[in-house]
Amino acid sequence: MSQSHRLETGGVLVDRTRQIKFLFDGKSYSGHPGDTLASALLANGVKLVNRSYKYHRPRGVVSSGPEEPNALVNLGNAGTHEPNIRMTQIELHDGLDATSQNRFPSLEADVGVLNAAASRFYPAGFYYKTFIHPRHAWKYFWEPVIRRIAGLGKAPTHADSAQYEHTYAFCDVLIAGGGVAGLIAAKAAGEAGARVILAEQTERLGGRLLVDDDAEIDGKSARVWLEETIAALEAMDNVTIRLRTCCSAAYDHNYCLLYERSGDRGEAAQVRHRLWRVRTGRVIAATGMIERPIAFNYNDLPGVMLASAVRDYVKLWGVSPGEKTVVYTTNDDGYRTALALAEAGCTVRAILDSRREPDGPLVGAARALGLEIRPNTGIGKAKAKRNKLASIETVDFDNPEAPGTTIECDCVAMSNGWSPVVHLYSHSGGKAMWDEEAVMYRPDPANPPRGRDAEAMVHVAGGAHGALTTDAVVAQAAAVAAEVLAELGMGGTAAVPDVSATAETPTHPVWVTPSAGKAALGGKHFLDFQNDVTVADVALAAREGYESVEHAKRYTTLGMATDQGKLSNINGHAILGKTLGKTMAEVGTTTFRPPYTPISFGSIAGRETGNLFKPVRETALHGWHAARGGDWEPVGDWRRPYRYQQGSEDRDTSIHRECLRVRNTVGVLDASTLGKIIVKGPDAAKFLDMMYTNMMSTLKPGKCRYGLMNNENGFLMDDGVVVRLDEETFLCHTTSGGADNIHGWFEEWLQTEWFDLKVYTANVTEQFTQIAVAGPKARDLLNSLDSDIDFNALPFMSMAEGTLAGCPVRAFRISFTGELSFEFATPVSFGLALWEVLHAKAEELGGGTYGTEAQHILRAEKGFVVIGDETDGTVTAHDVGMGWAVSKKKEDFIGKRAMERSDLTRPDRKQLVGLMTEDPTEVLPDGAHGVEGGKAIGHVTSTYFSPTLKRSIAMALINGGQGRFGEVIEVSTAKNKTARAVICDPVFYDKKGERQDV
Amino acid sequence: MLLIDCPCCGVSGEETEFAPGGEAHIVRFGPGSSDAEFSSYLFDRKNPRGVHFERWRHAFGCGKWFHMARSTQTLEVFGVYKADVTTPPQDILDRVEAAKAEGRVK
Ligand SMILES: [Zn+2]
Repeated sequence: MSQSHRLETGGVLVDRTRQIKFLFDGKSYSGHPGDTLASALLANGVKLVNRSYKYHRPRGVVSSGPEEPNALVNLGNAGTHEPNIRMTQIELHDGLDATSQNRFPSLEADVGVLNAAASRFYPAGFYYKTFIHPRHAWKYFWEPVIRRIAGLGKAPTHADSAQYEHTYAFCDVLIAGGGVAGLIAAKAAGEAGARVILAEQTERLGGRLLVDDDAEIDGKSARVWLEETIAALEAMDNVTIRLRTCCSAAYDHNYCLLYERSGDRGEAAQVRHRLWRVRTGRVIAATGMIERPIAFNYNDLPGVMLASAVRDYVKLWGVSPGEKTVVYTTNDDGYRTALALAEAGCTVRAILDSRREPDGPLVGAARALGLEIRPNTGIGKAKAKRNKLASIETVDFDNPEAPGTTIECDCVAMSNGWSPVVHLYSHSGGKAMWDEEAVMYRPDPANPPRGRDAEAMVHVAGGAHGALTTDAVVAQAAAVAAEVLAELGMGGTAAVPDVSATAETPTHPVWVTPSAGKAALGGKHFLDFQNDVTVADVALAAREGYESVEHAKRYTTLGMATDQGKLSNINGHAILGKTLGKTMAEVGTTTFRPPYTPISFGSIAGRETGNLFKPVRETALHGWHAARGGDWEPVGDWRRPYRYQQGSEDRDTSIHRECLRVRNTVGVLDASTLGKIIVKGPDAAKFLDMMYTNMMSTLKPGKCRYGLMNNENGFLMDDGVVVRLDEETFLCHTTSGGADNIHGWFEEWLQTEWFDLKVYTANVTEQFTQIAVAGPKARDLLNSLDSDIDFNALPFMSMAEGTLAGCPVRAFRISFTGELSFEFATPVSFGLALWEVLHAKAEELGGGTYGTEAQHILRAEKGFVVIGDETDGTVTAHDVGMGWAVSKKKEDFIGKRAMERSDLTRPDRKQLVGLMTEDPTEVLPDGAHGVEGGKAIGHVTSTYFSPTLKRSIAMALINGGQGRFGEVIEVSTAKNKTARAVICDPVFYDKKGERQDV
Repeated sequence: MLLIDCPCCGVSGEETEFAPGGEAHIVRFGPGSSDAEFSSYLFDRKNPRGVHFERWRHAFGCGKWFHMARSTQTLEVFGVYKADVTTPPQDILDRVEAAKAEGRVK
C-alpha cells in the first residue's frame, strides 16, 4: 500500500522526485519532501490516527493546520521525545518516528473503546461530580481508572537532548501571518522604510492564495502576484521574514513572543526551537480565519474533515482524502472543495447545502460540472465500517423526521463558515464583538489592546478582521497598513492593488443537524473533538445552571487542552445560546490567552538549564574545598562546605571531629559568604542608628559591635557585627545570603525616606575573602606568622589593619564559636594564599578545617541565634532574649514603634529557651512541637548532639519560656510519641564567656 | 511585560530589569504615633483598578528607586519621576486627568 491515495497530478508543495521513509506506530511508510505527516499518512490511505481522549473513539485528521484537534502524536524517542504534536504541522523528514496516542494495545483494536459503551457515565461535569461524592470512590476507583484510560501523549522520560535559545529583536511593525493580508501589509511597511518582521507559522508564504487561486491581483494571476511580492520583500533589507515561526503571544507594551521551530526537520540543527522576544511599534495581526465544522450525529468519524482541509490536501499535497466525497456546506466557499475534487478526478457524491437557494458563480461552476446539489439539506447521521466513515444519511431541514437518503462515501467535507483568528487582539485585553450579518466574532475596533501610551497596539488585517473574499482582504489589509504607518509617522500612500475576485453569497450557518425533532436527540454530535464534548453536554451544562460561557467551558471542558477550542468554541457558544434562548452577542466569548498554539517547554527554558538555570556563587576557596572532601550545603546562591569528609567516614564523625578540633586546638573556616556592606559619609552613624536596634553612633573607630536589624513590623530580619573603620566609615556584616537584601534595604531607606542624609553604601561582599581562626591555639597560630599586628594586644571586639603572611588584612577579634577567635578579611586575590598558610599552620598545631555544620553546633552550644533558624519573621529581639541589644535611648529606629504594640509586649509570647532531653542520647527532631495539655506551646528551632557536652541540646521558642526554666515539658517526636525535656538557659557551654575573652 | 523608562539613568528596560516596590508617597509614622496612624502606615495600601502611583527600583540597572504613574487596568504609563518628592509632578497629573477625560481610566 504505497501512497495509494496520492493523486496523479497536483500538489504544489511536494517534490515527487524524492521519497522519504518514515515510521508511524512502528510501520514504515513513504512520502515526499514538502509533505506533512498528516498529508503523507493520508497519501498512504491511513485515516485512523488517534483515539479520543474520553471515549476512545477512532479519530482521523480533520484539518490541515494548527487548529487540528485529533491528529496528535508522540514524536521521537528518548531524548527527542515530544508528546501532543499536531501531525498537520510536522514537516516530513527522513527518520521521522511518530506513535499514536491514547490507545491500548493498538489503534485498530483499542480496549478503551469499551468505555464508550459506558459513555452515559461520563456526562458533562463528570470530573466535578466524581470529585464531590463519594470521596472514597474518587480516590480508590475513579482516579486509577481515569488515569489509565484518559490522557493525551506520554510525558518524556529522558532529558531533552536538543538545544533551545532565546533571541531578542526590535521592529516598527511585526506582522503575524504571511498570507495575502500579511504580504500586503509587509510590502507597504517595507516600502515606507519601517523595520518589519514578518512571522509565518508554516514553511511557506501565501496562505490560502496557494489553494484558492481564483482571484486576479493587479491584473496578474494569484500565483504570479505571489511570486513577485515575495521576491520584492526578500529584496528589502529592512524586512525580516521568518518562516516556521508563529507569533504566539502579544503581551503588554507591545511585547510579543515568536515561536520558531527552526530545527524540527530531522537535520542536525544546532537549535531546535527558538523563542523570539520582540518589542514592536505595532502588531499587525494577519492571522486569517479558521473554518468551522458542523455538529451532526457521529461527525467525528475518520473521513469527516473541514472542506478547506480537503482541498488543501488535494491542491497542496496532491492527496485524495477520499474516493467518494460528500460536501456539506452552509456557504459558497465549500463549493471550492467540490470543484477542486472534481478537477483532480475525484468523485463528489453530492453537495448538501443548508441554504434554500444557493446561487453565485461558485455554485454555478459546480452546476456546470454536473455536480449534484441538494439545497436545504444536511447530514443527519454518519455511519462507520471498520472504524472509518462508510456512509451518511441526509436530512431535509423542513422535515427532519422524514427518513433521509443514504449516500455511500469515505469522506465528508464540511464547511460552516469561517471564524477570524482574533487571538492576538484578545491576548492583552482587546475585545471581540459578534457580527450578526457576517456570522462571526470580529475584533471590536472600539476596544483594542492598548500599549504604554494608550495607543492601539494590535491592528488586524484581512481575514482576521472578517474579510472573506480576496478583494476585501487586500483592500482592508492595505488600509490597515496605511493607518499603522501614519500612526508611526512613516505615512505614505501605498498603492492599493486592484483585485478581481469571485463573488460569494451569504452563509447560512447550521450549528447542529438535525436541529429539531426526535433525530436531534441522543447520539453524538461532537463539538469539541479533542475533549469529546458533545452538543448534549453543553446543553446539559446550561440546564444545570452553568450559563456563563466561562463556567460552561470549565464544566464541560469545551475548548480546553492543546487546541483551545479553535474549532469548537463558536459552535459551542451557539449551542449554549440556543439552549438558553440568548443571542450570540449575549452569550459572549471566552478570553483567548497566550500562547496561540502550544510551545515547547524547551523553548521557554532556552539556555537556562542545568548549570545555567541558577548560577552558583563560588568563594575564592571553592575549588580548595571541593578538592578536600567539601560536602556542599547551599546557602543563598553560595555553596559552603557542610563538613570535610576524611576517607569514608560518615557525616556525624566528620562534624564531631571538627567541633572538638575548635574546642581543643584550632580550626579554620571559610567565612567569605558573610555579607559586607560599607556605609560611608558624614551621616553614616546617624543612618545606622536608624537601621539597627542598637546604638551604632557611640561605637569608637577600630571597635566592633554585634548588631540586630528589625523590619518596620518590629521583627528581626538580619544580624551581624558592625565595625567602625573610621569616623565616617562603617563595615556592616550581614548573614550569608542576606547581603543583597540588606544592601537593597539600606538603599531603599536612603533613597526614598531619608534622601537628605549624606551617606553612600557599597556591597563589597565579593571583594573580600574572610577566614575565621578559632580555638584555644588561635593566637599561637597567628604569632607563628609574619605580621605587623600584635595579636596579644588586640582586645576582644576590636579591629586592626595590617598584613598577615604577606597578605593585606583587616583583623577582627570576634567569635561565633565561643572560643578565642579572629576573623581576617583579605582582598579575594590574596584569599587562597592566606587560607593555605593558615590551614597549614593549623594542621601543624593539631587543628584544621571546620565546616558550616560544626560552626552551627558550636554556636548552639553557646546559645547564639541564627536568623532564619531561631527567627521566622515573627520573632522580636526580646523573644530571643536579646533585649540588651535594643537601645532605650534612641528616639527612633526601624521597628521601634512596632515593638510598642500590645502583641509584641505580651508576656506569654514564644520565647527562646534551651531544651535538654531527659535521655541525653535522644536528639529532638528539628521543628518538633512542645505540647502541653494536648496543645502546641512552641517548637524546636535548632537541635544537635553536642560533642563538647556529649549530650543532646536544643533551642526552642516556647510560650512564656523565659519564665519557665527548670520545668519539664513533652516534645512530640513522632506520631503519638513524645520525649521529656527540661527548659533551660539556651547558653549550654561557658556561660560566662571566659573562653572567647582571653 | 512592561517597558519601563528609568528617570535616573535614562535607560529603557524590560520589566524584569526592575523591581516593584508597592504604593508610592506613603508617609512614615514612627514613635509617638497613634495605633491607628501606625497601623495605617504599615498595612493600608490602595489597590485601584485604574491610576496608581507606585515605587520601582532599577534593580538590575543603576539601582535607583523612582516613581511611576500607571493604569493597573490598561497598563498605560502616565510618566516616571524621581523618588525624592512627596507628590507627583504636575505634568503627570495633567496626563492622568486627560486620560480620565477621554474615558480610558476611572
Ligand atoms: Zn536606572
